[in-house]
Amino acid sequence: MTALLSLEALGKSWFGVPAVTDLTLEVAEGRLLGLIGQNGAGKSTLMNMIGGVIQPSAGGMRWQGAPYRPQTARDAARTGIAFIHQELNLFTNLSVAENLYIDGFPRRFGLIDWPRIRSRSAEILQRLALDIDPDTSIGRLSPGERQLVEIAKALHNDARLIIFDEPTTSLTPRETARLFDTIASLRAEGRTIIYISHILGDVQRLADDIGVLRDGRLVDSGPVAEFSVPRMIRSMIGRDLSGLFPPRTGGPQSATVLQAQGLTQPGVLQDVSLTVHAGEVVGLFGLMGAGRSELARIIFGLDPVASGSITLNGAPAPAGIAARIAAGMAFVTENRREEGLMMEAPIADNLALVSLRTFGRGPLAVMDTEAVATRTELARRALTIKAGDIRTQPVKALSGGNQQKVVIGKWQMTAPRLFILDEPTRGVDVGARFEIYTLIDRLAAEGGGILMISSELDELLGMADRIVVMNRGEVMGQLDRPDFDRERILSLAFREAQT
Amino acid sequence: MTASPVQRRPLSDRAADLFLSDYFILYMSLTFVAVLAPFLPTLVTPGNAVNVMSNMWPLLIVAIGQTFVLAIAGIDLSQGSVIAVTSVIGAALVTLVADPVVLSKAPLWGVMITENGGPLAGVTGGVFVAICVMIALAALIGLINGLAIAVLEMPAFMVTLVSMMTVSALAIYLTQSENIAQLPEGYVRLGKGDLVSVYFGVKDTSQLPRKEVFSLITYPMVIAVVMAIGAHILLNRTVFGRQVLAIGMNRKAAKISGVPVRRVIVLVFVVSSICAAIGGLLYSARLEAGRPTLGEGTFLLDVIGAAVIGGTSLFGGKAKILWTVFGVFFFVLLSSALSAMNLSAFQVDMVKGAVILGAALLDVLRTRIMRERTR
Repeated sequence: MTALLSLEALGKSWFGVPAVTDLTLEVAEGRLLGLIGQNGAGKSTLMNMIGGVIQPSAGGMRWQGAPYRPQTARDAARTGIAFIHQELNLFTNLSVAENLYIDGFPRRFGLIDWPRIRSRSAEILQRLALDIDPDTSIGRLSPGERQLVEIAKALHNDARLIIFDEPTTSLTPRETARLFDTIASLRAEGRTIIYISHILGDVQRLADDIGVLRDGRLVDSGPVAEFSVPRMIRSMIGRDLSGLFPPRTGGPQSATVLQAQGLTQPGVLQDVSLTVHAGEVVGLFGLMGAGRSELARIIFGLDPVASGSITLNGAPAPAGIAARIAAGMAFVTENRREEGLMMEAPIADNLALVSLRTFGRGPLAVMDTEAVATRTELARRALTIKAGDIRTQPVKALSGGNQQKVVIGKWQMTAPRLFILDEPTRGVDVGARFEIYTLIDRLAAEGGGILMISSELDELLGMADRIVVMNRGEVMGQLDRPDFDRERILSLAFREAQT
Repeated sequence: MTASPVQRRPLSDRAADLFLSDYFILYMSLTFVAVLAPFLPTLVTPGNAVNVMSNMWPLLIVAIGQTFVLAIAGIDLSQGSVIAVTSVIGAALVTLVADPVVLSKAPLWGVMITENGGPLAGVTGGVFVAICVMIALAALIGLINGLAIAVLEMPAFMVTLVSMMTVSALAIYLTQSENIAQLPEGYVRLGKGDLVSVYFGVKDTSQLPRKEVFSLITYPMVIAVVMAIGAHILLNRTVFGRQVLAIGMNRKAAKISGVPVRRVIVLVFVVSSICAAIGGLLYSARLEAGRPTLGEGTFLLDVIGAAVIGGTSLFGGKAKILWTVFGVFFFVLLSSALSAMNLSAFQVDMVKGAVILGAALLDVLRTRIMRERTR
């Protein structure tokens, strides 16, 4: 068995700070290497070196035994390495075929040879069992289909090594299953794959070999048979994690925080009723498009609803976002960057955003800057946000987990009664997830009601007191903790959707 | 290469610090003067200093309004037309005598103005009432702009472009492109009246030669400084200002966090319009006339250019009144230097255009350096 790509004592440091150190690793031809590690473990730096985006400061690489020194991303592509990124690199305004040929259109008599492009594109799409017209514009495809187009692009360039970087973050379970089928067929063709993911179960299922990065070093590696999920986690975080989830300290109380009754919005929700009690964590599960986030937005007052009632702490929820916040609602959206944070602004400004009005003094509402400083500092300590000076450091300099703590923190400052958490651990690495879960448990133990939306069933099984399953805008059923059953929840979520 | 634990920060870092500093444009302006002074001695004479200052105040007031709009990643192109229409209406209200030969064809003739001047001519407190009317009219235009942008969610560029065209056309229509002159002393004083003047000549003459008396503190200066301080407090120290910057930084996040986004946007355009009207008041008072073509041409570029040179970002979320003060100072200084070089108006505009382009480039560079620093 020959190594397709070998890394020899590879290293890279930024301004004297090592990002990758003395990394030696062989990627065997025709195998699938699962690469795992927390955020900041050096995965991106490593991938950028392989991809020719940055140059190593120590060591070297070999491609099929010959020295491999890519200077640009184009070098890597010519060598036969393709990347399927988290954020896709497709032109949404162009067609599938145009995207495949973007780096070199074949020409005939000096003009672009469209018939050839179309027939060749159709052929590649067929190999991936992707039933779309090559002329379809990318903007009209679902995230899963776009991912497959990226793979089609890799096939078009005849890549021998395909590197997947968190490919499933924006996919529905069904699209994920399809992606895995495609990966299996790529392997059957003898292509080599590096698969990077935070979802350890997926890595375990797909990989032949596993490599674990921590602090820029390869700390553990071997055939997948030797790896259990606990061993992966141990290697990733460098210590034992007794469990993935903290023990729940409180439990549901009798008081009702949220009561939604018969919410209906044509095309979005159909007669949805939902109750959240004080101290209770209600998990909301469903496939993408099941209406989970839409329900959250309607409860929070962001989107219109045709009929139904929303009661908060026994009183009808007032109209308007500001009024609902004042009545005790908080909403951590699934899209931290676009809807949660002012990325360029300091941490303290972000923390103070929701409770701005409480800091106004006098008729002009002049900010009480000392109160802001004191209260944001208290929040930082309570949340253990790892940062320097919160008054100057912009929030985008924080890790995903710490960013999420800022989002939760800005709501916590208003002492809400109902927390709506939409995908609270998206883009948060394993070690920090535990902290987010602990935070959620604490919010519940303090008497808050929590509506937690997640695509990761394990997370809901670990944290929720009750799980509500949605499908196509309807509530399909709900299970209390003693009755939690993975198969049953999945079958509720998939019902009809499969036809 | 190994890094020593403690080292002097490299020169490039310190240069970037200077570049990102609040005072960068002030330093640049002073350097500009220091470099040019030997070649253009007139630049540093008291007369020129007075001239620079008097050009600075009205522009500053208008630019302050624009700063609020830029802070929410908007743009207000209608400021010049607001200046035009409010100066015409204000002048028509207070003018003492109107010449029928010039103005009898104007639609305002007989409605507001006659041979005996405007309805408030000679009325006690008439100037004050006229200013209130000007501000109310500006607020109305700003309100319409703001509502179209915030509630109908139309792009600010389009909405204010349309109001620029219609409002300035209205101003010209109202007087058939004629100026309304003969304004009362109380009005004119706001544009060029001195509170404190200095005289550098010999002491023992009873009659001071006008040319040697230099204004030190003027009405426009007091108005502009008070407004700048007020605007600074409003933008940096109040809940409203925080909300403005939050909207500029991330409108969606601001909305979800309970910021009354629509209301704030409407108010920002009202503020911008009112600032334009007050700036216009000073311009027309200095001219001693209401002129329907005030604020036309490249005036708007001066306003936006000054704000952006100061450091306010066109991308929203980053704005400081202090920056705008320095930006306006630099801009006025530049104009003054260019005219001292005896360049034609066209040549001056060409240089100004290049400088504004440079300012936009500065904005991009600053944003990029900030981004790299926090990576």
